[in-house]
Amino acid sequence: MQNRKRENIRNFSIIAHIDHGKSTLADRLIEKTGMLSSREMQSQVLDNMELERERGITIKLKAVQLNYKAQDGEDYILNLIDTPGHVDFNYEVSRSLAACEGAILVVDASQGIEAQTLANVYLALDQDLEILPVINKIDLPSARPDEIKEEIEDVIGIDCQDAPLISAKEGLNIEDVLEAIVKKVPPPGGDPDAPLKALIFDSYYDTYKGVVCYVRVFEGTIKPGMKIKMMATDKEFEVVEVGVSTSKNILVDKLEAGDVGFITASIKNVKEARVGDTITDAHNPTAEPLPGYKEVVPMVYCGIYPAEGEDFNSVREALEKLQVNDAALVFEPETSAALGFGFRCGFLGLLHMEIIQERLDREFNLNVITTAPSVIYRIKKSNGEVLEIQNPTNMPPATEIEYMEEPIVDASIMTPTEYVGAIMELCQNKRGKFINMEYLEETRVVMHYELPLNEVIYDFFDALKSRTRGYASLDYDLKGYVKSDLVKLDILINGQLVDAFSLIVHRDKAYERGRSIAEKLVDVIPRHQFAIPIQAAIGSKIIARETIKALRKDVLAKCYGGDISRKRKLLEKQKEGKKRMRQIGSVEVPQEAFLTVLKYDESK
Amino acid sequence: MEDISIYIHIPFCTSKCHYCDFASFPGKFHLVEDYIKSLIIELDSYKDRLKNYKVRTIFIGGGTPSAIDGKYIYRILEHIQKNFNIHRQMEVSLEANPKTLDGEKLKIYREAGINRISLGLQTLNDGILKKLGRSHDKKDFFHSYDLLEAVGFENINVDLIFNLPDQTLEDGIKDVTSLVQLGIKHISYYSLIIEPNTPIYNWYHDGKIKLLDEDDERRLYHQVRAYLREKGYNHYEISNFAYNGYECKHNLVYWKVKPYIGLGLASHSYFNNRRFSNTTDLKEYIQTLSSNSLPIVEEEYIDKKLEIAEYCILGLRLIRGIDKREFTDRFKFNIKDIYGEIIEKHKKNGLVVEDERTLRLSDKGLDLANLVEVDFLPD
Repeated sequence: MQNRKRENIRNFSIIAHIDHGKSTLADRLIEKTGMLSSREMQSQVLDNMELERERGITIKLKAVQLNYKAQDGEDYILNLIDTPGHVDFNYEVSRSLAACEGAILVVDASQGIEAQTLANVYLALDQDLEILPVINKIDLPSARPDEIKEEIEDVIGIDCQDAPLISAKEGLNIEDVLEAIVKKVPPPGGDPDAPLKALIFDSYYDTYKGVVCYVRVFEGTIKPGMKIKMMATDKEFEVVEVGVSTSKNILVDKLEAGDVGFITASIKNVKEARVGDTITDAHNPTAEPLPGYKEVVPMVYCGIYPAEGEDFNSVREALEKLQVNDAALVFEPETSAALGFGFRCGFLGLLHMEIIQERLDREFNLNVITTAPSVIYRIKKSNGEVLEIQNPTNMPPATEIEYMEEPIVDASIMTPTEYVGAIMELCQNKRGKFINMEYLEETRVVMHYELPLNEVIYDFFDALKSRTRGYASLDYDLKGYVKSDLVKLDILINGQLVDAFSLIVHRDKAYERGRSIAEKLVDVIPRHQFAIPIQAAIGSKIIARETIKALRKDVLAKCYGGDISRKRKLLEKQKEGKKRMRQIGSVEVPQEAFLTVLKYDESK
Repeated sequence: MEDISIYIHIPFCTSKCHYCDFASFPGKFHLVEDYIKSLIIELDSYKDRLKNYKVRTIFIGGGTPSAIDGKYIYRILEHIQKNFNIHRQMEVSLEANPKTLDGEKLKIYREAGINRISLGLQTLNDGILKKLGRSHDKKDFFHSYDLLEAVGFENINVDLIFNLPDQTLEDGIKDVTSLVQLGIKHISYYSLIIEPNTPIYNWYHDGKIKLLDEDDERRLYHQVRAYLREKGYNHYEISNFAYNGYECKHNLVYWKVKPYIGLGLASHSYFNNRRFSNTTDLKEYIQTLSSNSLPIVEEEYIDKKLEIAEYCILGLRLIRGIDKREFTDRFKFNIKDIYGEIIEKHKKNGLVVEDERTLRLSDKGLDLANLVEVDFLPD
């Protein structure tokens, strides 16, 4: 009875490039298996937070259990594990894939293979998953399914003969996908009587239950009341609830080898239930944890400071609350002469950083100033010490530095061939090293470059999109550290160094960056009674300079009886504006200055 | 008896100048009769409240007060004389356009009690006058001036605007020297203000007209200021110059934050610690008064803090500045008690000068007055 049950389980995930239809297909599968009526369904039901729905991206994973009666008459349990599609969250993707036996690869019938298609396929292959190609959006007039099938076979090497041709939007041929899952995805293995070995592939914090862990049981059984141990942290907990998610969460009496579900165990913080960790029986632990667990490492840092009128403690509380549900977010207090007391925060990438910024704004209503995103640099001091710094102000003086290293990434850029020249120019500008170029089809290539991470996070994505009219796609992975001629670029306003604007850049880029910041500041700082020099400097050497001209006239020519109220109101507005300024020496700098100069605006 | 000042608005014009954003319009002369009737009704509504006041100054502005028949002006002024207390040396000013004056009208004005005329010249450059949409040329101006002298008006102000489109520095100065040569006793010298919703605003933003750059604009103002001072004019307010004794008493009421009543379309008042103003809609103005209601549309209460702030902000427009003793007499404490730090800050910046009696803007401060004034607002 149990064996047959396990025979009828299918654990799978859907992988795809952004906008190829992953979420829509997930909706259709849920709909088709009758979990919710179309009326009850909210579009993209697996995207939980409003923010994600707005941006059309999934960040948090969920696992959903579908019940499907196949054409062979048997009942099957299909565990659909949702995955984030963005490069920032590769680790989460890999862990959720580790919980599966198969992956549905969705490819847009008109776009074909794109950067993240490949990236996700590689992750799936890493986990030895059975990959089922599905060609989506065949309803579009530009669809060319046969060509795309050929592309997949050539580039990825998967047989597409039986690949379902569907339109998730129109609900066309969804049944074919379900049949393919049943027929092609292998059932899970494992012994329910062996010592417990369960993978945490996601967790989130619930106010009432504490942390809810999504688990895939590989060996053994997990029941309420059991004492479990987290193998990476050695922490022990008692299981309170065991359940599965269908249209809502339902409790079950156990989860066995092969099952996917969730458990709660009065766990206070997601840091205690880490993605990728192995859960085992505290009284009868398994010998080896599951492979692949990694401590998440932030790649991108920025300073987050309360804006004028905002309270430091409110920011701290908000970050703490966000951290409860985000094991990758790190932060610690820091101070800036220009901005006061704030935090240095670490993120998995730019997207992660933007999401946190938006959540601070949207969910907590906080007005914060963020400094330029930066990466972790390694410094070998002449006294032998090795430092890792992310805050430019922590850089030791040049005289004490023997050499510096910066992180570089392996980048894959997929593009139509007509933009190859523009991309080569861009990557060259960004200190990229060309590795190779492959043809995906006659008119599309994938270019491989090694690029410094600090160039990738500064203006690269925008520039790539604009030079290729949006057609290019980018994926990258941290490769390692290389020696680099890096310098600390400082910005001085009226002769005073403003640490909030300091940057670590490659020496070749210093002038360009310095000039660009100086120019932006000239635009955004209002004129004062005196001329204000804005300078960019490396050490004591000024490398760029702009000047804000002194204000010559600020007076109302006429002020008679009918003008007095209006004049006073104008002055009152001016006074309000001054309140939102930060005083830097004798210069009043509006908050907008920090935002304009420093905010990385990926959405442009 | 306390003094009160009265402003009367006559919104009628023969044409609309291209830079004007006042409540004024051409082509509505058929409504003048009704309008004057409304003015009288509005005047009468103040009879009670002004029982214990003496009218010290009257200013009839517009629009073009001189564009309507002289009899209407006479009627209004007569009504005031008959129904209100009048100061023996009441100053009565009227704004006039050089093209609308004639001997007859001027005689009526004299009989009505007008003793000061303000001529809207703007510039002596005919080309620029045309561009501005002015209805007169420089000949009309000289002609009116002669007329005024002939009829016996000697308290005359001339309005000039500088930094006009196509105006050079030399042009700007020539306008002033010509007036000085004529012996004009009061000159108002305004920098052009480009107001939204005017033709000149669109021309400027479309790049069709060019103005002086900031440095030249200030240079012109400074040169003219120095020249007029040298010629014996009392520079008594940012934009106003006069021979001693010929300063405009009515306008001084504004800058000294003394009470005034505004009558007519869109006019403003300051009375009993309240600033209030009338509708800008002509039909509404006439209708409201004919149904015995007041056409007030906006009103705000000026508390002590605001009054002090306004006193300082407006007082600094006077070149002589704020009289510290007058401040203490009026508000019962020292100006340094609340503004001590601000005063020191601006003294250090070279924008404000303090001497024993007064606190005033320096020459540089006159260019950057707003920077100083904003600090006098209450928090």
